[in-house]
Amino acid sequence: MKPHRTGPAWPLYTALGILGGFYLLLVAGLLLALFFADGLFRPGAALEFLNTPPIRYALMLTLGSTLLTAMLSVLVAVPVGYLMSRVSFPGKVVVDALLDVPIVLPPLVVGLALLMLFMTPVGRAIESVVPITYAIPSVVLAQFTVAAAFAVRLMRSVFEQLDPRCEQVARTLGCSAGQAFRKVVLPQAANGMIAAWTLSWARALGEFGPVLLFAGATRFRTEVLPSTIFLEMSVGNIEGAVAVSVLMVLVSMTVLILVRLGGVNTRGASL
Amino acid sequence: MRQGGFTLSDVNFTLPEGAYGVMTGKTGCGKTTLLEILCGLRRPHSGAVRLFGQDVTRHEPGSRGIGYVPQDQALFPHLSVRENLAFALRIRRWSRADIATRVGELAERLGIQGLLDREPGRLSGGEAQRVALGRALAPRPRVLCLDEPLSALDEDTHEDLLALLRGLHRTETPTVLHITHRRSEADRLATHRLRLANGALTLEDVSHVD
Repeated sequence: MKPHRTGPAWPLYTALGILGGFYLLLVAGLLLALFFADGLFRPGAALEFLNTPPIRYALMLTLGSTLLTAMLSVLVAVPVGYLMSRVSFPGKVVVDALLDVPIVLPPLVVGLALLMLFMTPVGRAIESVVPITYAIPSVVLAQFTVAAAFAVRLMRSVFEQLDPRCEQVARTLGCSAGQAFRKVVLPQAANGMIAAWTLSWARALGEFGPVLLFAGATRFRTEVLPSTIFLEMSVGNIEGAVAVSVLMVLVSMTVLILVRLGGVNTRGASL
Repeated sequence: MRQGGFTLSDVNFTLPEGAYGVMTGKTGCGKTTLLEILCGLRRPHSGAVRLFGQDVTRHEPGSRGIGYVPQDQALFPHLSVRENLAFALRIRRWSRADIATRVGELAERLGIQGLLDREPGRLSGGEAQRVALGRALAPRPRVLCLDEPLSALDEDTHEDLLALLRGLHRTETPTVLHITHRRSEADRLATHRLRLANGALTLEDVSHVD
């Protein structure tokens, strides 16, 4: 065979780099615009606005509800993800499709469906004990419905990447099925669980459509930060909306950095 | 037994206590499946598994007293070598002192004293195989099942491990079932040869041939 010249790799990398570069510029541009465009973000005024009681309430509700949502999502995602990755059963295709419904459904439809779910006799019965609709539980439920679906997907792929042989060996070494799960499966899935927590938290933080329809956006009641942005924009207070947006960027960056600093590699476990 | 569309039936064999059985057969003929049935990781469609005269077909894998070393070793990646060796003993609630003694004994026997604090991800193929053997042997199983333990090893390591397996059979475990597709391993190790071909199993006692 004749030696065959193939040329260097840099033209390919340059071409790919230019294509990818456009997207990177867009993302960087977004962040810069929030902080610098048109003098809409003035730290002093922003801080003053953020320190008003309604915004402080919205911030607390946002942090509280998203933390709870993320915990509930992981709590559901671990068993569902594990069963879907390890067990085959009749109707699995249907279950699989159902699990993706919250991801593919338009957010407003999720919100409307939640609202209608609590108009059914079962929903009404629950409401008569604990008020859900237009109250704080509806905020968490709206966020959870969507965020959990992402966590389930992620945990499933985490469990699928784990070698089932490890569990089998653990069984031969004297573990019950439960012990093998606790001592061999869960520790290996720990990083994935943190990634699922982060992903569902980030989804919950940005959730707006379902929250708006199912919980409303009432000041001092069900207003979360995305609702604040919407409310402020609708009354023409763009500075207020920018201030809240900057706050949300800072909150989410802080959480992501804390999670990364926790020594966890979330790469490869994301969707 | 059945696996997918593939059926292996009328497989009958009895391995005497103290034997080193080497089962050979082509890749895909059902050797691993057979091993999984013995270990209790898979239920046979029909038939029975007896160990030392006791029917264990319905027993959980952990109560059969079988040590299992799968082909890919499947060491627990989140545990150090020491913790891998101690795993079965911790489950059995051995005392700390007894665990330390047993782990030390196994490490010496397997020549892995220097590796005890390593993570499994940083072991060579031969080292990982030794650790997997140690983990299976730790609770003193009555039977040791090895799935292709010497495949994917270089020539020298292969020789070392052959010698090690011979030694272990004498000192650590009375009965071994070792599956392989290499005839040469059977020549070197077997007291009993099992050949799985065309869905039929033949057993040959070669313990007095040498």
